[in-house]
Amino acid sequence: MSKSSSRTFFLRPQDIIGIVVLAFILVVVLPLTLDNFRLQFVGKYLTYAFVALGLVLCWGYAGILSLGQGVFFGLGGYCMAMFLKLESSSPENTKIQTTPGIPDFMDWNQITSLPWFWEPFRSFGFTTIAVVLVPAFFALVLGYAMFKRRVGGVYFAIITQALAAIMTILIIGQQGYTGGINGITDLRSLHGWDIRTDSAKTILYFVCVALLIACILLAFYVKSSKLGRILVAMRDKEDRVRFSGYDVSSFKIFVFCLAASLSAVGGAMFTLQVGFMSPSFVGIVPSIEMVIYTAVGGRLSILGAIYGTLVVNWAKTSFSESFPELWLFGLGGLFIAVVLIFPNGIAGLWQSYIAPHLGPLFGGSAKRSATPPVPPSSGTTAPAAAE
Amino acid sequence: MFSEYSLSELSSIFLMQGFAGLILFSVFVLMALGLAIIFGQMGVINMAHGEFMILGAYVTYFTSQLFLHYIPALFGIYFFIAMILAFFASGALGMAVEWLMIRRLYKRPLDTLLATWGLSLILQQVYRSVFGPREVGVELPSWMMGSLPVTEVVEVQINGLFVMGLTIAITVAVALLMYKSAWGKQVRAVVQNRVMAGAVGINTEKIDRYTFGLGCGIAGVAGSAFTMIGSTGPTSGQLYIVDTFLVVVFGGAQSLLGTIASAFTISQAQSTMEFFLSGSMAKVLTLLGVVIILMLRPQGLFVIKVRR
Amino acid sequence: MSSNNDNSSKFSSTRRKLLMGMATLPAVPLLANTGIFSTPAFAQAPATSAVNTTGLAVTDTEVTVGILHSVTGTMAISETGSVQAEKLAIEQINAMGGVLGRKIKFIQEDGASDWPTFAEKAKKLLVNDKVAAIMGCWTSASRKAVLPVVEQYNGMLYYPTFYEGLEQSKNVIYTGQEATQQILAGLDWVNKTKGAKSFYLIGSDYIWPRTSMKIARKHIENKLAGKVVGEDYFPLGHTQFNSVINKFKLTKPDVIYAAVVGGSNVAFYKQLKAAGIDLSKQTLLTISVTEDEIDGIGGENFVNAYSCMKYFQSLDNPNNKDFVAAFKKMWGEKTVIGDVTQAAYLGPWLWKMTVEKAGSFDIDKIAEASAGIEFTKAPEGYVKIHPNHHLWSKTRVGQAQPDGQFKVVFETPELIEPDPFPKGYQ
Repeated sequence: MSKSSSRTFFLRPQDIIGIVVLAFILVVVLPLTLDNFRLQFVGKYLTYAFVALGLVLCWGYAGILSLGQGVFFGLGGYCMAMFLKLESSSPENTKIQTTPGIPDFMDWNQITSLPWFWEPFRSFGFTTIAVVLVPAFFALVLGYAMFKRRVGGVYFAIITQALAAIMTILIIGQQGYTGGINGITDLRSLHGWDIRTDSAKTILYFVCVALLIACILLAFYVKSSKLGRILVAMRDKEDRVRFSGYDVSSFKIFVFCLAASLSAVGGAMFTLQVGFMSPSFVGIVPSIEMVIYTAVGGRLSILGAIYGTLVVNWAKTSFSESFPELWLFGLGGLFIAVVLIFPNGIAGLWQSYIAPHLGPLFGGSAKRSATPPVPPSSGTTAPAAAE
Repeated sequence: MFSEYSLSELSSIFLMQGFAGLILFSVFVLMALGLAIIFGQMGVINMAHGEFMILGAYVTYFTSQLFLHYIPALFGIYFFIAMILAFFASGALGMAVEWLMIRRLYKRPLDTLLATWGLSLILQQVYRSVFGPREVGVELPSWMMGSLPVTEVVEVQINGLFVMGLTIAITVAVALLMYKSAWGKQVRAVVQNRVMAGAVGINTEKIDRYTFGLGCGIAGVAGSAFTMIGSTGPTSGQLYIVDTFLVVVFGGAQSLLGTIASAFTISQAQSTMEFFLSGSMAKVLTLLGVVIILMLRPQGLFVIKVRR
Repeated sequence: MSSNNDNSSKFSSTRRKLLMGMATLPAVPLLANTGIFSTPAFAQAPATSAVNTTGLAVTDTEVTVGILHSVTGTMAISETGSVQAEKLAIEQINAMGGVLGRKIKFIQEDGASDWPTFAEKAKKLLVNDKVAAIMGCWTSASRKAVLPVVEQYNGMLYYPTFYEGLEQSKNVIYTGQEATQQILAGLDWVNKTKGAKSFYLIGSDYIWPRTSMKIARKHIENKLAGKVVGEDYFPLGHTQFNSVINKFKLTKPDVIYAAVVGGSNVAFYKQLKAAGIDLSKQTLLTISVTEDEIDGIGGENFVNAYSCMKYFQSLDNPNNKDFVAAFKKMWGEKTVIGDVTQAAYLGPWLWKMTVEKAGSFDIDKIAEASAGIEFTKAPEGYVKIHPNHHLWSKTRVGQAQPDGQFKVVFETPELIEPDPFPKGYQ
């Protein structure tokens, strides 16, 4: 049965089953089996899953490896944090400050009035729009500058790293405006609703799950649309796509902006659930860690990204409780193993070993379920010569 | 701010600032040379480059302790021995890593990035477990400390001169190796067209291994030199990695001359700006400048046109 | 997930009787206070239901506290000493019979130099493990991340690092100095003894150095009628200081006032020395280098610099001699003890004394009972908890010796009152 012509709905049967299973786990199984404390951890991990989801689209499917997704995660997170901080810095809450009504870190940096770019964040509507659009705008600028000039692969990755470093230094240095290295802490309420109580966190958990499922559906839609197929074609043989008349750079920019917005949504949910945002999520190290979640889950698998995130983070929390020194060995080894031994991650293992036994509904037929080989990433060559 | 100083004072300041810039330049070149060989010539991104440097630093520390306790009379020259040991230690580790891991990943540069990042985490933890989480201080022989007065106001640091001398020596050695020796010819052949190089009888695997080892060995020597000016701890490698990559990429990854030119530009820009602005701002502006230029001219300063 | 208030409603009449009995208990530790190192006068521990009414991890024989520091990551270097000091204090207290007759058990968590992890682990300690106190944190960022957690779940944090002030909480006892204590006395000293009028301020780029330098600048310009000839900040981890060293040579300040932190310290002092700046001729005063940092910098690179702390390992008093001996016995002859390590050592002792004064482990009670607690056996000499939960302490200036220790050259004659919200400096 051929895939493209007879399928009108964007989800294959096995995708629907996969989503339902995931939803079941997240909505029913985990809340029932875990106490509030652990469930809140899962909520936090799920916010990273947004980033992993974006990476599946832009790295797995379009071949754009961004080592700076933390920048977008942070942008979304900081937007939300600014909104929440303004709310918790009402004049009555801050009356012991020299200047009431502004966030505490501004006060102890001797700033006496709210900077202009903080003002719009008093509105929740503006904040939600900003969470999605501001990172997309940055991605647009960056993507335009890079992809139009056919910079890809390795060079792009290194530049995203540099940007993550720049953003971190800027945030830490401008501590009057951003809270500096402490970040923006002590966030209390959203429109009067106290977000620190256990019941609030449970509700936020379900909101996060719902948003995540929505984003997963969006990702499937993109993947199965013509855009998705062009992305795959671009990843494998960019020149041929270009020769066929498609504007390669526009597609790359689009998917990069999409990944940026997804990461930012994750960042905003993180701020809501955890109650603060700091530059330690923006830099090079967390950005590369987010890549590993995608890689472990299977860079080509949308659902795999979620599972990969959960597995790696759960391992991190358990290890660092019992054997903190061993954790770094484990994480380093995981990077190497994922690259050398199972490049398609958990999803790849599933497809190769388990799915064939589960019958055609789960993609059992070997031909249909064959995962494409790990793509040779274009990017060794200098841009002028080949790309 | 200049009005307060006389002309001779100003010229002395600029001289000293220029010298500081030259020292920074040497530091960048040392860091980037090893990486330029590995990345530029082999297309391998080694995110663990900083950790190879730190291995050299730890070897230097170890050697200094050895000399201090067993051969104190020769303490003055231990540094040279330490550098040689650092070269071989990092080179050997590099060759081992290449054999175990890198050689399977030549066609997948982004994956080498991830794999070597994992390697850097592992190496950091190894250093932490073996040497402890605290930073270790390397004692320097007395002739390397202090500075030489050139004029009344201008003084040049001895270890700055040492680093610059070392850089020149290594650069010349690498250039000779790459462009004048038979082995260098083979390396360049493999870089240009691996398949043909293999067809004419060059043992590409062995060349790869030695090239990677050479790059890591240079990193080790750089790390050894840095014990004079910086700290040595398990995470110290992380301090250098972004700068090093930017220097290499900015120069045009495939050209050693480009690496040198880029190191010069970036170091002078940063040290000049540091003088007038605060340290953070200078760093941010330098990075931003490099990134913007890279966006405008992504292939870097120098490009070798190669048909692939 | 159990709630914290299970016990409160169930034992009303018994509880009333016990409360009446409890009223006599505070008298006992007060009597024993004169000889704090002697075994307690009472042999039987007070009943658990009397001393723990909020569901903390207290049994008839044990009480659990949390230790929350970085064992891995960049801060592991600095926080190792604090962990060692806290464990030493706990062992000594247990050897004396414990707190209210209960041995202290500790749960150690790793903050991993990552502030969000600190917040997470603090929450785990308070909510899951129900510890009676947390000895933890080092950087201001970790404390700021943990603060909302201890306030929300009503815990008590004993925080050992000298910091920038501008904070005060019912749920934190700050055993390190705040900025005005550390900065003002040192600046006054260098102005008086060295006639210093011009200062060059240099620090790492984040809140503690920036806030400290703001306070320093105000003091220099307003109180000392001096001049700040330069002010520079460098990102954490920065290692190239040649430009700013040239600026030192150019502006020739009377004093270089430094708050450089972490790995940058090593690069900074090595490069200073390599540039030919002789610290016996150029005065350098720092608030960020203790014996721990000299270990990494190298004693010969730091010799003759002055450091402004409340504690030095070389302090010559009987408390300190005992402390240093016990520390070295437990952790090795080669260990060094810096200011923060000593402040961490104070944590468990102050907590023990506060609990015994309050007669209870309940956080609200010990928060109230903290003010006025005096510790006469502190290695730094004597400290007292102020109602603002900071410590009265002396400030000292030490001159670095080639062996990595300090020679104390100045000590404030009186204890300095902590003032985290100084007027005129904000």
